[in-house]
Amino acid sequence: MDKQTQDVLEILEQNAKATPEEISELTRIPPAEVLEMIRTLEAAGVIRSYKTIIDWDLVENPYVYAFVQLKVSLERGHGYQKIADRICKFTEVRSLRLLSGEDYDLEFIIKGKTMKDVAFFVADKIATLPQVQNTSTHFILKTYKEDGVIMEEREEYKRLPVSP
Amino acid sequence: MTQIPKSTPRKVDQNTNGLDYSKYITHKMKTIPASGIRKYFDIAAGIEDVISLGVGEPDFVTPWHIREMCIHSLENGDTGYTSNYGLLELREEISKRYKRDYRLDYDPQKEILVTTGVSEALDISIRSITNPGDEIIVVQPTYVAYIPEIILSGGTPVIVKTCVENEFKVTPEELESKITPKTKAVVLNYPHNPTGAVMTRADYEKIAPIIEKHDLIVISDEVYECMTYDGAHTPFSDIDGMKERTILLNGFSKSYAMTGLRLGYILAPSELISAMMMIHQYCMLSAPITAQIGGIEALKNGEDEMKSMIREFNRRRVLIVDGFNRLGLDCFEPKGAFYTFPSIKSTGLTAEEFADKFFSDQHVITIPGTIFGESGAGHLRCAYATSKEDIKNALDRFEEFLKKL
Repeated sequence: MDKQTQDVLEILEQNAKATPEEISELTRIPPAEVLEMIRTLEAAGVIRSYKTIIDWDLVENPYVYAFVQLKVSLERGHGYQKIADRICKFTEVRSLRLLSGEDYDLEFIIKGKTMKDVAFFVADKIATLPQVQNTSTHFILKTYKEDGVIMEEREEYKRLPVSP
Repeated sequence: MTQIPKSTPRKVDQNTNGLDYSKYITHKMKTIPASGIRKYFDIAAGIEDVISLGVGEPDFVTPWHIREMCIHSLENGDTGYTSNYGLLELREEISKRYKRDYRLDYDPQKEILVTTGVSEALDISIRSITNPGDEIIVVQPTYVAYIPEIILSGGTPVIVKTCVENEFKVTPEELESKITPKTKAVVLNYPHNPTGAVMTRADYEKIAPIIEKHDLIVISDEVYECMTYDGAHTPFSDIDGMKERTILLNGFSKSYAMTGLRLGYILAPSELISAMMMIHQYCMLSAPITAQIGGIEALKNGEDEMKSMIREFNRRRVLIVDGFNRLGLDCFEPKGAFYTFPSIKSTGLTAEEFADKFFSDQHVITIPGTIFGESGAGHLRCAYATSKEDIKNALDRFEEFLKKL
C-alpha cells in the first residue's frame, strides 16, 4: 500500500464523514484525486461501508443485542459457506464469524427489539436449521467499547497548556 | 479581552521570616534567565475556550501496552533501583534498534547510559565536558534549556544564528566563524525545537570536517528523531569520523508519548559514558525502574503504534503549514518534530506583541520565537501536537484576528 492510500484510509477510518476537501487539507492530494482514490478503493472492496457507531442506550427505544454461538454439522462439498450464506440473509443478524476451537463453529451478533424477540428468532429460525446441532445465546448487558470507540466518556487527563 | 502581564520578572519569594535568602543563592543562579513561556502558562489558567499551540508534548497518551507493562511491573514489586547504567535489557534493546535502523554499533555494556529523560542526559553531558571558561556553541533559535545548562556548568554559551532562508540549518561558514581556541563543543538539535528544521546527511557532512579540524565534541539532542517526515533521519554519529566525537541524546518522551515517565538515554564513546555516569550515579542514581520497563516494551512492541502516531502528526503538519501559508503567514516547511515556525513579519507586530494580542483576542496560545533567541524574531512557535479540530479552529481564529489588524 502506498503512503497516500494509507493516509486516505486512516483518515476515513477515524471519520467516515471526512470530505475529499478535508482529506486534501491533510494530505495535499487534490480533492478530485481523493474522490477518485475513494471510488477505486470502494470498487475494489477495500472500503466496505461507512458506519455510524450509535450508543442506543442513550435514546428512548434501546435495542437488545445478543451473541449467539452455533455448533453445526457440515454438509459434504459445502463446508461452512452454505450455512453462513443462509444465516447472513437475516437482517436481524449484524455480523457473523467462523471461529476456531472445539466448542462452537460460528458466532453471530443479533439485534432485536426485545429479549423475547431475540430468543424466539434463535429458537424458530436458527435452531431449526438442519445443520445446527446446538446454540448458546448470550444477551449483551452493556457495551464498553465498539469498533475501537470507548462508549463511556471519562474525564481526560489535562495536559499543561504550555511546555518547552 | 484577557489582560496579559507586560513582562515576566522572575518571581522572588517574599521575605516573611527575616532571612535574606538571596545571599544564599549562587551568583550563577542570578544570571539564569527566567523561562519566557511561563507567563502563558499562568494566563491560560481559568479560561475555558483556550486552544494551546504552545505544548511541547504529544497529545497521545502512552500506548496502552506500555502502560500495562508498567502497571504489571508495579504489581510484581519491581520498585527498586536498577544498575546505574539502566536495565541491561533496555540498553540491549536500544543497541539493537540503532544497529537495525542505522547500522550503528553501541556496546550496551559500555556505550549506553539510561537517564531520567533527555533533560538529565543534556545536563550530565554538558557538565561532564565543561571546564570554567569553555565555550559551548549552541544553534539559535535555541531550545530553552541549553544556555542555562551551559551557564550552570561554568561554560560560556556562544550562539550560531540560523535563519529561515537557510531553512534553519547550521552552515559551515557560520559555525566556523564562532570557533575560538576556547571552543569545546557544539550542541546540535535536529529535528529542531522550535522550528521543525532537519539536517540531512549532506548538511552534516559539510560541518563534520570543521568539528574534526577544531577537535570538538558534538552533543546531538535527537529526541525528535522518530518525527522525520520527508526522508530518513541521520544520527550525527553516523557521519564518517563523528561517532568518536558524538554524545547522542535520545529518549522516549516524544516517540512513545512518555513525557511524564521521564526516560532518556545517551549513546557515546565509553570514556565519555564513564564520566557522565559519575555524575548520574550521584545525582540520579538510576532512571525510574517503572519507566525503564515501559521503555523495553516500547522498543520491543511499540513500533506500529508509534508509526501510526507519526503519520497522524504528518497530516496535521500539512494542515497547519498550508493553513498558515493560505492566511499569508509565511511558514517554512518543517520536516521534523511537531512544531511550525510561521513568520508574522507581514503584520508589523513583534512576535511577543502578536502572541499577547492574539491570546487576549482569540484565546489561542502561541509562543513568540524570541523566547528561543533573537533569531526567532518575527516568528511564532506553533505546535501541532493537538487535535485536527483544534488546529482548524485555531486557524479560523488566526484568520479572524488578522482581519482586525
